[in-house]
Amino acid sequence: MSRDSASAGRGVDRRHFVAAAGAAGFAGALPAGAPALAQHGGHGAAPARAAASPPPAGYVFFMPPEARFVEAAVDVFIPHDDVGPGGVEAGVPAFIDRQLAGAFGRGAGLYLQGPFADGAPTQGYQLPLTPAEFYRAAIREIDELCRREHDGKRFDELPAATRDAVLLALREGRAALATLPGATFVALLLQNAIEGYFADPIYGGNRDMGAWRMIGFPGVGGMYATAIEEHRNAPMAVEFRSIADMQR
Amino acid sequence: MATRLRPVDIVIVGMGWTGAILAKELAETGLKIVALERGGPRQTDPDFQEPHKDDELRYAIRTELMQDVQRETLTFRNGAGETALPMRRLGSFLPGEGVGGAGVHWNGVTWRWLPWDHQARTRTVERYGRRIIPPEMNLQDWPVSYAELEPYYDKFEYMCGVSGKAGNIAGHLQPGGNPFEGARRRDYPNPPLPQSHAGALFDAASRALGYHPFPAPAANASRAYVNPDGVQLGACHLCGFCERFGCEADAKASPHFLLLPLARRNRDFELRTHARVLKVDLDAARRRATGVTYLDVRGRAFEQPAELVILAAYALNNVHLMLLSGIGRPYDPRTRTGVVGRNYAYQIGGGATVFFDENTWIHPYMGAGGLGVAIDDLSADNFDHGRFGFIGGASVSCMSSSGRPIQARPVPNGTPSWGSAWKAAVKRHYNHTLGIGLQGSVNAYDRNYLDLDPTYRDAFGRPLLRMTFDFHDNEKRMANHIADECVRIGEAMRGLGNVLQVQRGAPPARYSIVPYQSTHNTGGAVMGTNPQTSAVNRYLQSWDVPNVFVTGACAFPQNAGRNPTGPVGALAYWAAEAIKTRYLRRPGPLVRA
Ligand SMILES: Cc1cc2nc3c(=O)[nH]c(=O)nc-3n(C[C@H](O)[C@H](O)[C@H](O)COP(=O)(O)OP(=O)(O)OC[C@H]3O[C@@H](n4cnc5c(N)ncnc54)[C@H](O)[C@@H]3O)c2cc1C
Repeated sequence: MSRDSASAGRGVDRRHFVAAAGAAGFAGALPAGAPALAQHGGHGAAPARAAASPPPAGYVFFMPPEARFVEAAVDVFIPHDDVGPGGVEAGVPAFIDRQLAGAFGRGAGLYLQGPFADGAPTQGYQLPLTPAEFYRAAIREIDELCRREHDGKRFDELPAATRDAVLLALREGRAALATLPGATFVALLLQNAIEGYFADPIYGGNRDMGAWRMIGFPGVGGMYATAIEEHRNAPMAVEFRSIADMQR
Repeated sequence: MATRLRPVDIVIVGMGWTGAILAKELAETGLKIVALERGGPRQTDPDFQEPHKDDELRYAIRTELMQDVQRETLTFRNGAGETALPMRRLGSFLPGEGVGGAGVHWNGVTWRWLPWDHQARTRTVERYGRRIIPPEMNLQDWPVSYAELEPYYDKFEYMCGVSGKAGNIAGHLQPGGNPFEGARRRDYPNPPLPQSHAGALFDAASRALGYHPFPAPAANASRAYVNPDGVQLGACHLCGFCERFGCEADAKASPHFLLLPLARRNRDFELRTHARVLKVDLDAARRRATGVTYLDVRGRAFEQPAELVILAAYALNNVHLMLLSGIGRPYDPRTRTGVVGRNYAYQIGGGATVFFDENTWIHPYMGAGGLGVAIDDLSADNFDHGRFGFIGGASVSCMSSSGRPIQARPVPNGTPSWGSAWKAAVKRHYNHTLGIGLQGSVNAYDRNYLDLDPTYRDAFGRPLLRMTFDFHDNEKRMANHIADECVRIGEAMRGLGNVLQVQRGAPPARYSIVPYQSTHNTGGAVMGTNPQTSAVNRYLQSWDVPNVFVTGACAFPQNAGRNPTGPVGALAYWAAEAIKTRYLRRPGPLVRA
């Protein structure tokens, strides 16, 4: 049986590419939080390959109040600080917007036939809502809760510490929404925010691979069959690479 | 109404690991074979090429290669007193869909099960007496011994190009291998993968405690390799996108390139994709299968008559199809009679996370599905259970399979779930942490079972499979004991690197369908010597409908503390040979009940 050797041949190319890139070093325009890079052993300062062009601005799914809410929540989950890029500047709200506008938001991979019952936590998600419907309804209820308890202010109008407290109270079941399970929603929102922060930038978040640079995850197309022993228990210069970088 | 097609000799339902082994092994018979696969076709190129293949969101989180539960799912409850509700999203396990099945997106850890696993009941009674077996536990021997299966384990490993180090060749212990494994005829076809720093730490720490570490057996080829069938595997890149992903290098064994092209050498083999089998058609007496009914890509129903039907649709789906079709007596937990759905089992997890200072470099993103170091000292009956009073054990390992950040972000307990402190902890620990995991055996119990749900239906109008399952005391005590051992191994790393903290990962108190644990579902159509306590005989042939064979881990009487595909593959070869050399010559029961 002969298989075409295309993949093996390509593998060699990739290896040369990695080696060359490693010799040239990495780096380039970095978001706040660049200290992580020093830690990962950088020496050169050659410019990074051009960052993927940012997704077009604007929201597809969110209406203005929803966009304000999601930006304000993402800012609590992944704030701007000197550890690494903030979720908002990394494009996480746009990521969530696109996810909700697409197949995930419309309930792909979700069985939505009734009858419906709350069930036990071990039985998992049991609402009759797609993620897009859940966001739309839950944001309204959280804003209502905030207006009632915080002098008529919406969630996004509250100071960061109060927003943090509202999300935490919902998640821990100390605060309740009018009809929906607040803890389930906060868990979904947090999960989607983390997805957007760490997923490939092609989805609109993790802009310029800022979250990958923060932790030292090199991204896609890695080949480590020799590096794993060469860099055993030692730092390694990392060349960060996204899907779009490799498609160019 | 279903359109009746021209009869064929053999229909194979499902084109994953077992379906592909059967299709390839039976190809030389020259018989007319039709394989029906509910998902689409797949090829290494273009399906698994860089860079789109390394998309964590698409494949690992949105599970693009797995079963679509919008169409077909199951219902779940912890106990018969509760109402089962649908698994509305994939979680605990990730059954495959499409050519190659879960063999496309598995990790590749390829164990042989221990001789003890094949004889769990006999050896337990011999060593500890009957009383150690709780009355509600159905502990059963396999009807096939390790020695009988050894040639087929060997065949599966050589076909897959497994990388590893033998521990016991023909009774002679081999330094550096697993001293507890059953005797094998020869070493693995490929040497172990290179070791990660995490693996080196685990190796040294466990050795210092008197354990016997060895490289985990991996169906990720450590070098370019041509298997005995003449198929070329590439060398593994250790790219870290393995489990839940296809492999761009053909380094991870998968049926779509290792077996399917060989099955196609039979001109009378035909694979129909997007062909979803709804049921096996039986004659009026339910003693003979006449063929199967399936839907094609346009949703049209067809009846495919066949002389022989092989169910290779994955453990859970095989049991579902048997229940829907009326093959064998469904299990009734009240009377503890019936066999289809009986002895469903799973595995129990737990372990330890070891956090190091910033001068210890783990590089978690360098990895392969099967890259790691394991010990077998705490598996099965490899230690004296007398003072513990439980049955079973766990393989313990330190795997370097991935550092993909949506999923792999270890932080110490007590870290907030979000905010700057969370970010700082994620950044701080990402490259300086390792995990020690236990994969615990789970025995079969009278109240853990599969049947048809009375309420919920799939997109095709069929009742969903209903799973009733929870962990029992025996398993929880075993897993907690071994989690303590994982912590001890972690603590033993203190001399080897600057350990900040060893955190215990507690085994679950209740089974939950939500977090991913493993796609190691077993039982429901178990093999045995007695039709009262097994659904199939030692050749995986239905006792009740002898022209139906049922492959996959549904045949395991109980679950072991190691991954299932080694014996799943070996048993598929074993059954194929029995079909080829005996059944096809004289169709009928291969074992008299
Ligand atoms: C993420 C992941 C990691 C894993 N890692 C490991 C590991 O490291 N080691 C190990 O030993 N095992 C591992 N496994 C398990 C391994 O993949 C399975 O044991 C193995 O694939 C089972 O083979 P099978 O033939 O029974 O089923 P599969 O390989 O799943 O094939 C079943 C096929 O049947 C098709 N099918 C189902 N229903 C129908 C129907 N009604 N009509 C037509 N076709 C149908 C499916 O679409 C599928 O293609 C892993 C599994 C997963 C999901």
